[in-house]
Amino acid sequence: MSNAASNNSLATPEPLLKTPLHDLHVALGARMVPFAGYSMPVQYPAGLMAEHHHTRNAAGLFDVSHMGQLRLVGPDSAAALETLIPVDVIDLPVGKQRYGLLLNDEGGIIDDLMFFNRDYLNGGDLSVAGPPQDAKAPSGGSESHTVGERGGDIFIIVNGACKVGDIAHIQQKIDTRCEVIPMPERALLALQGPQAVTALQRLAPGVEKLVFMSGGRFTAAGCDCFLTRSGYTGEDGFEISVHTSQAETLARALLAQPEVKPVGLGARNSLRLEAGLCLYGHDIDTSTTPVEASLNWAIQKVRRTGGARAGGFPGAEKILAQLANPAATVKRKRVGLVALERIPVREHSALQSMEGAQVGEVTSGLLGPTINKPVAMGYVKPEFSALGTRVSAMVRGKPVAMEVSSMPFVPNHYHRG
Amino acid sequence: MTVKYTEDHEWLKIEGDTATVGITVHAQDALGDVVFVDLPTVGNDYAQKEAAAVVESVKAAADVYMPVGGEVIEVNNALIDNPSLANSDPLGAGWFFKIKMSDPSQLDSLMDETSYTAFSAHP
Repeated sequence: MSNAASNNSLATPEPLLKTPLHDLHVALGARMVPFAGYSMPVQYPAGLMAEHHHTRNAAGLFDVSHMGQLRLVGPDSAAALETLIPVDVIDLPVGKQRYGLLLNDEGGIIDDLMFFNRDYLNGGDLSVAGPPQDAKAPSGGSESHTVGERGGDIFIIVNGACKVGDIAHIQQKIDTRCEVIPMPERALLALQGPQAVTALQRLAPGVEKLVFMSGGRFTAAGCDCFLTRSGYTGEDGFEISVHTSQAETLARALLAQPEVKPVGLGARNSLRLEAGLCLYGHDIDTSTTPVEASLNWAIQKVRRTGGARAGGFPGAEKILAQLANPAATVKRKRVGLVALERIPVREHSALQSMEGAQVGEVTSGLLGPTINKPVAMGYVKPEFSALGTRVSAMVRGKPVAMEVSSMPFVPNHYHRG
Repeated sequence: MTVKYTEDHEWLKIEGDTATVGITVHAQDALGDVVFVDLPTVGNDYAQKEAAAVVESVKAAADVYMPVGGEVIEVNNALIDNPSLANSDPLGAGWFFKIKMSDPSQLDSLMDETSYTAFSAHP
């Protein structure tokens, strides 16, 4: 037997980094694998399937401390970030989070990221900037302030495998317009699932008042946390930034809650794919534009042709042309695919028309544990991107029928209030 | 009855000139929860080390190789319906297929249990 679709065995030239929870993972019996330069838990003794289902049914705790955290600080930070991403940063209200895409000059995606406006009026110590401890979810007066009007403090989370390059890119492009402050001293935990709020509010009363894509500063189990109600599973849940020195205390306090079990990177991947969320380096990369990746929703009107701040981001000419006239400019589209037979279809499988012509390639694929069907994402020629279109995925030389399907494959359960 | 093992983590239970083939405890543990198997067609001939079956978990796919050359004479249809048998009973109900060996001398290239146990601890 030999692994055909696992890249865990690739030799790593440098010693692996460890997150602050490394010893806890080992103590919990995790299988550790190299990922983004770190030794990371791919699964715990319960196994990928059990961990996946536990997250969908209760609450899973993920260590995502390999991801990059940084801040942009200064009055010009929002406008500066708008020169790097085709996204409305300036109008994002205080206390809110948004998805963004770092682009290169050809409109290709350097990384995808989440950014948060934490330019609180009473920010106090900027090293742990957030609302006062007793603040409710940002409301009333402070909500009307946007990044552009205030002092400027944007918190950004980027992918672990991209963080070194991202930070260098951001620093080089932004230069002196604002401070670019990497935060290697912060760990990142994700608590995901329908019971995440029940478990976390026991430790951090008030988090239940947050809605999807909002956040703030809270104390949980005595740890000073900056958290948002968001994640990468399609479920309700939180991502929690905490100082590395407090990460294990917080993780142990969360694992002590009856709803919570540890979940590894294996289930994180199956959960995100069922949720229709892209994995950087697989579903999106520097060769794909946001329009090709079907991420048009991430480009707000204000940055499009006719908007108040149209263009002004890398690759704008190409991206705006693709938005205006996709029929003439877009050669492939990212779509969701569901197999009509119970045969898993994996990354790099070729996609053909029913007549056998080459029409695209799968970029992520597995048997979705919740939908209980093989699901995939891939790129196809635009004429094959309509929902319901039948294509064949070539698996070990044999065609497997698939249908272009809407995503998410499993309904989202975000808490929108 | 003799059981032999391959470096690719298959086992082979020998009964005369026929043998039953499956994947080892170590193999199923490394794969994780098995969700799919693709078994060979009865009557097909395979050379030693030729890929004859596929086993997949959510996270990985792997080929199952012929431990020795021969003809497939039976496949485990229960495993197709319930791939998790490869995890719950890899050496028993989770068997993959049975073969009629074409050259039993190829068995000499395989490991016995003691050798395999040492091998799988430090592959």
